[in-house]
Amino acid sequence: MTAMLSIQNLHVSVGDKPILRGLTLDVPAGEVHAIMGPNGAGKSTLGYALSGRPGYEATEGSVDWNGESLLDLDPAARAAGGVFLSFQYPIEIPGVPALTFVRTALNAQRRARGEDEVTAPAFLKLVKAASAALKMDFDMLKRPLNVGFSGGEKKRMEILQMALLEPSLLILDETDSGLDIDALRIVSEGVNALRSPDRAMLVITHYQRLLDYIKPDRVHVLAAGRIVASGGPELALQLEAEGYDKYLPQAA
Amino acid sequence: MSAWPQLDLTDVATFPSRRVEAWKYSDLRRVLKEAPQPSASAALTGPGPFCDLGGEAIVFVNGVAVGVDAFVASGEQTLRLRFVSDAVETGHSTGVRVSARAGAKLLLLESHEGHGSTYVAHNRLTLDVAAGAEVTRIVLVEEPEDAISVTEAQVKVAPGGRYRQTIVATGGKLQRLETQVAHGGQGADVRLDGLYALTGARQTDMTTVVDHLAADGQTSQLTKGVVRDTARGVFQGKIVVERGADGTDARMGHHALILGERAEVDAKPELIIYADDVQCAHGNTVGNLDESALFYMQQRGIPADEARALLTQAFLIEVVDRIEHDEAREVVRSWLTAKL
Repeated sequence: MTAMLSIQNLHVSVGDKPILRGLTLDVPAGEVHAIMGPNGAGKSTLGYALSGRPGYEATEGSVDWNGESLLDLDPAARAAGGVFLSFQYPIEIPGVPALTFVRTALNAQRRARGEDEVTAPAFLKLVKAASAALKMDFDMLKRPLNVGFSGGEKKRMEILQMALLEPSLLILDETDSGLDIDALRIVSEGVNALRSPDRAMLVITHYQRLLDYIKPDRVHVLAAGRIVASGGPELALQLEAEGYDKYLPQAA
Repeated sequence: MSAWPQLDLTDVATFPSRRVEAWKYSDLRRVLKEAPQPSASAALTGPGPFCDLGGEAIVFVNGVAVGVDAFVASGEQTLRLRFVSDAVETGHSTGVRVSARAGAKLLLLESHEGHGSTYVAHNRLTLDVAAGAEVTRIVLVEEPEDAISVTEAQVKVAPGGRYRQTIVATGGKLQRLETQVAHGGQGADVRLDGLYALTGARQTDMTTVVDHLAADGQTSQLTKGVVRDTARGVFQGKIVVERGADGTDARMGHHALILGERAEVDAKPELIIYADDVQCAHGNTVGNLDESALFYMQQRGIPADEARALLTQAFLIEVVDRIEHDEAREVVRSWLTAKL
């Protein structure tokens, strides 16, 4: 199997501060890789750098996605190419109903790929099925995106968008934060339903808990801007038991 | 605004400059150095933006009334008030009086339809809202970028009256839209909303003065604007609560987006309170589009330009959504969407 996502020697500074310092990682299609690490290790920065957030540009290194260099593309083009970042704190967009937002996004992606837009009735049918699977109240989707939504509702909204946009590279940034056990189960089922041989997933998390629900094929430890250890699912359990201390930079 | 004499287009001495405090951001003297020649009469063109809503009509073309120039509403009525300018380098003035009798419900649909160029228009509207009457005034202003216009509305809201106003403007060389409200209190309820969307070198000045004369009156104001290029938006909102006007509840908000590095917004909210037991609040923000929202939208595949347009429209549409009359609201929505 050829690697779909290939990150080589990635360096990213935020402001003047180097955050990622030579990160190298391959995620083959069909696999779920977890990125774990202490606070401040650069986990969220990795998600932003892969999705193209302004201010998180690479200063060195490369990111290839399906053989194409991601770093040359603007965020919308990356999205149309299959990149989806599920935000740790999804943004509220007053004045734009959730349905309008998702349909605009879906059709923009389809246009960018040279595909036909989805008609309104067809879209509504898709949304109704996807929201029912996530046990979401359909009327909520008529409200402005994420405005007044609870933490759990916002995360379900992220998964709903994922299900509708059908990305091929999924980056989940601390998806478990702010979720109770029931919501965590529903959200995880939503993510697991998207596992497929032609999709790659990066699950960024501080705690092992999420990995009980979304089982990773590989676990990587990110500390001080680099992958410092990699292993199977047992590595997550070890981290849960021992903490990140041994991966932290030694005091001078 | 009290100290300055009434504007008269034939007398250059009445043209206020920026040294007159109330005209600080709309220096008429600077853009109009002498009295313009009077505009010739012209033929009426076009049906106006509100033609589909029917009702009665008062039409002025270059200051000349085509038919009646006053209106008294009783019962439920719609009046389209059209100020049409079709002139080049000349000036014209109008004066119109509209009143709503007790129990009347008037939908006043006002349009400023500018053709030609570099004209000067001066419009004065006197509006009386009787006790128990309700007037909704919706104003669409579309003028050439080099036109000068001053529109002054004097609104008297009797105790227990209800007044709703929404002005939507795209600016001109100098465009002053002033509303003065004598607020009768005692349950009288006033809403003064505004919306501006300016490009190029356009300017608009939305000035309001609400004078709460008696107890238990309510005022709610929301003005939103977006300025691009070198455009300039002005909001001056003054609320005065007179001695004895206890129980007044007045809220004013002005929020603007500056989407051009050389664009400008001048905002002057003022609350002047002489009564003790009142609730007054004002909020004023001027900023840019939310960067994190823009990135979020792009991350989902919406190209940057489309994301900006969607966010801008969402920002402004809150003012349109406050229009209670369904058909009028949809006319304003499509009018605005076409301009953005």
